[in-house]
Amino acid sequence: MAIKCGVFKTTYEDDEAIWQTKVAKFWLALLLIALIAFPFVFQDSRYLLYVANSVLIAVIAAIGLNILTGFTGQISLGHGAFMGVGAYASGYLMTQLGMPFIVCVVAAGCVTAIIGMIFGIPSLRLKGLYLAIATLAAQVILEFVFVRWRAVTGGSQGMLVPPASIGTFSFNGDFKFYFLALAFTVLAVLLAKNIIRTKPGRAFMAIRDRYISAEIIGVPLFQYKLLSFGISSFFAGVAGSLWAHYIGIITPEHFNVLISIQYLSMIIIGGLGSIYGTIMGAVFMTLLPEILRFISGLFSNQYPILVNIFGAIREGVFGLVIILFLIFEPDGLAARWKTIKNYWKLWPFSY
Amino acid sequence: MESIVQSLISGIVVGSIYALIALGFVLIYKSTAVINFAQGELLMFGAYVCLTLVVALKIPFWIAFAGTLMAAALLGLLLEKLFLRPMIGEPIISIIMLTIGLASLLQGGIHVVWGSETMVYPAIFPAEPLRFGPIVVSQVYLYSIFFAVVCLVLFNFFFRFSSSGIAMRAVANDQQAAQSMGISIKKIFAIAWAIAAVVAGVGGILIGNINGVNTSLSSFGLKVFPAVILGGLDSIPGAILGGFIIGMLEAISGIYLDPIFEGGSKEVVPFIVLVVVLMIKPYGLFGTEEIEKI
Repeated sequence: MAIKCGVFKTTYEDDEAIWQTKVAKFWLALLLIALIAFPFVFQDSRYLLYVANSVLIAVIAAIGLNILTGFTGQISLGHGAFMGVGAYASGYLMTQLGMPFIVCVVAAGCVTAIIGMIFGIPSLRLKGLYLAIATLAAQVILEFVFVRWRAVTGGSQGMLVPPASIGTFSFNGDFKFYFLALAFTVLAVLLAKNIIRTKPGRAFMAIRDRYISAEIIGVPLFQYKLLSFGISSFFAGVAGSLWAHYIGIITPEHFNVLISIQYLSMIIIGGLGSIYGTIMGAVFMTLLPEILRFISGLFSNQYPILVNIFGAIREGVFGLVIILFLIFEPDGLAARWKTIKNYWKLWPFSY
Repeated sequence: MESIVQSLISGIVVGSIYALIALGFVLIYKSTAVINFAQGELLMFGAYVCLTLVVALKIPFWIAFAGTLMAAALLGLLLEKLFLRPMIGEPIISIIMLTIGLASLLQGGIHVVWGSETMVYPAIFPAEPLRFGPIVVSQVYLYSIFFAVVCLVLFNFFFRFSSSGIAMRAVANDQQAAQSMGISIKKIFAIAWAIAAVVAGVGGILIGNINGVNTSLSSFGLKVFPAVILGGLDSIPGAILGGFIIGMLEAISGIYLDPIFEGGSKEVVPFIVLVVVLMIKPYGLFGTEEIEKI
């Protein structure tokens, strides 16, 4: 195994490769095999498969938010509602217009992208906290539409959505759906990883770092900010659509402001402006309540009250985790991972 | 006609609560440049503490009221010291996220301690409503408007004449200049959080007397955004006026729009106003416009 101690690239292809070393490729292949093997090993546990599917969907949506917030620097408190737009659009297209699943997913992404761009228009004039408040308003307004536009959304009773299917093959049940979600997640990660290496991606980062300088060197701010809102909402829409076809019933509570906050916390804990970080953050934040549930289940015999106040504990711990991360590891899990990796890379001569 | 006046009055009452929360919110923003998403939880804290003092410990209301304000001030100081001080100099998104985390933590903590059932204050204010011709106003409403106005006037004088108040305005205006005049910025930040917690506590006690106390009280914290954006994020008179306007707007939309949308328009109308204000006049009625120079 060659140890990396310099740049020895001889072709442009090598230089542009996403995974640069053989070691990285090896671990990636191992990870993929593990991900594919996972459902076969835990085939009997519906609960584990459900958690895994939730994680995969969360990764897709969180990557979308990180493109907007981490790479372009535009804070959004409306990501949950955008997921809802995707879910309702997909459900409506399938149940009312009888479109096939693949068309529904893509169309849901596009509809959400358009809605996201509409709510992104204020970003031309607003920055930072003003934009955060404007997207909060988008969240509230969209939630109102979900509840009140009964003809399309089914109101607070919700909308029944048939499971996803391609051709005659139906992805019903946790086991089959896992592979669909995994495929979409891999696509989403690759897409995002490549978007940030292209011209728009560089423009996003220029806007984030110093928007005045970006404008001076010829980045049209408004156009790229809108594009970022569009791409981010597209991911949210696809994730929402998958969620709708997985759960089977969508109600407005699935997409409230708490979900938006949860997604923001994922990318902050994972690391703003890092795709790997986003994945880690999404995994961490989706597993956290499940781990808490497990722990409180262990103690529920001695302290039966734990069952009643579990929701409160979950909320409190959620807040505490966010605060601790912001104070002690503001760059997120991605930065921590890098530190650990670098430590071992140079071990035992880390100086 | 009477029903319209009636709901306008309740709109003014709710507006006075909004004005109180908005006051605390603007205070924190003005002196520390922190957007506080936990303002609604501070309100809830005040409502629960006072309720516990009155009901469980059987302390007379006025003493409990004073005790609650002290507890709220302590909580404000504690939050600032523990959580906000390490964040000085961090980017806006981290600070927004921190106060959101704080809101979640407080909400969870309050839920664990007090449970989720609605609790009701014992009758503290005389139950008999006052009649002005055909219009009936319950006394709780009058008291809460009275308290809100007293608070607002008191704080107005505090900022105008007391040395701490003037120091706070100085810090808000220019931190470096204030520091070079010998003002301790840390102290000002702490005072700002304490005062914000106290005014939110007053609002909590008032709204608790009207509606009862449960964990949904924290939704007032989100309603404060339309009020402060309308008034201007860094203007205290703006926050107060914005609070009253949003309160009345909710009442009016409740009358005219609820029949069309089958209820719920109260929740969304303030936010539509917010978007419109942001589009037309982002710095609100009285906020200072930020002019960027290259």
